[in-house]
Amino acid sequence: MLAALVIVFREVIEAGLIVGIVLAATKGVRWRGRWVGLGVGGGVTGACLVAAFAGEIANLFAGSGQELFNASTLALAVLMLTWHNVWMAGHGREMAKHMQSVGSAVSAGDRPLAALAVVVGVAVLREGSEVVLFLYGIGQSTSPLAMLTGGMLGLAAGVAMSALMYFGLLAIPPGKLFRTTAWLITLLAAGMAAQAVLFLQNAGYLNVLTRSLWDTSWLLPDGGEGWRGIAGKMLHTLVGYTAAPDGAQLVAYLLTIAAIFGLMRWERSRHPRGEAVPTPA
Amino acid sequence: MLFRLSMIPAALLMALAGCGNQSPGIPVTLKDHRFAPAEIHVPANQPVLITLSNQDGSAEEFDSTSLKVEKVVPGHETGNVRIRPLAPGRYPFMGEYHAETAQGVVVAE
Repeated sequence: MLAALVIVFREVIEAGLIVGIVLAATKGVRWRGRWVGLGVGGGVTGACLVAAFAGEIANLFAGSGQELFNASTLALAVLMLTWHNVWMAGHGREMAKHMQSVGSAVSAGDRPLAALAVVVGVAVLREGSEVVLFLYGIGQSTSPLAMLTGGMLGLAAGVAMSALMYFGLLAIPPGKLFRTTAWLITLLAAGMAAQAVLFLQNAGYLNVLTRSLWDTSWLLPDGGEGWRGIAGKMLHTLVGYTAAPDGAQLVAYLLTIAAIFGLMRWERSRHPRGEAVPTPA
Repeated sequence: MLFRLSMIPAALLMALAGCGNQSPGIPVTLKDHRFAPAEIHVPANQPVLITLSNQDGSAEEFDSTSLKVEKVVPGHETGNVRIRPLAPGRYPFMGEYHAETAQGVVVAE
């Protein structure tokens, strides 16, 4: 039962942290509940489909279908997160002012919410399909009821942890919230880009700079068993922490940060400038 | 039609990667949530392909942080697990969904 709890918790937390960041980044935005709900719902539906066709997907592209699918969904999420941050760089200033003047209850509803719904959707899709496959296997185990209970407890614990993260972010004063979430979203995107590179390498493509540059797994592993593994995995999801990154992963990570900051700067320069712009760097 | 369309990116990617330089693969089976062989010897410093045949009815995730691999293989399916060039050493892996029994190690030498 404990094993099932931990496995489901690990997968749920990976998607849940992303949902938490998206919810914090859209605090006070009209219809955001609907869009995020749509993302979660679409993601769960997609996860069931992906799990049902796991064999077929895996057999595509000379047996690398699963890796290429994961890399594609990650790349899509990186694009959507970039779009969100760049859009915010152009419009964020007015929004922050608006939020401070009328409080956080209402603010401009005009946001790239669809982009964030896609981010939520693919995160739930990716992690959810693994949960579905695992839960499906439970039916054939010796103690399905205990395993199912563990799975449900894992789901609840994952949701609770994500909620904790969300409310933690909300404790940040409104004026600084956007700056913080812009940073978080940038690092989230960079981590996803590095992860996408890993999937491409595991698919047999992009076999350049595959040597690990360093290894800090003695300090904190980025996955595996035990609570340190879970802590490392959470950090991996949030900011892309990798214990032993290879050259290509590091390049992807840094290039993504540079690209997002560059595009944000460019977008800001196209808009009439004013005082403090709530964006990083 | 869908099949033919999907061939285009595949062909492009293959061309990009210069594929076809990989050995046929080391067969490993998973049965009753145990890997056989559980200790896999591979040559160091070159890419290796492991073809994992899951003979159980349920899916398994081949998981190894040291090998940088997370790969789901559905029940009664075979999955390709690509191992990057490794420095000599021992690299443990597990089946995440049944970690009590599904344990193994890749030995690069």
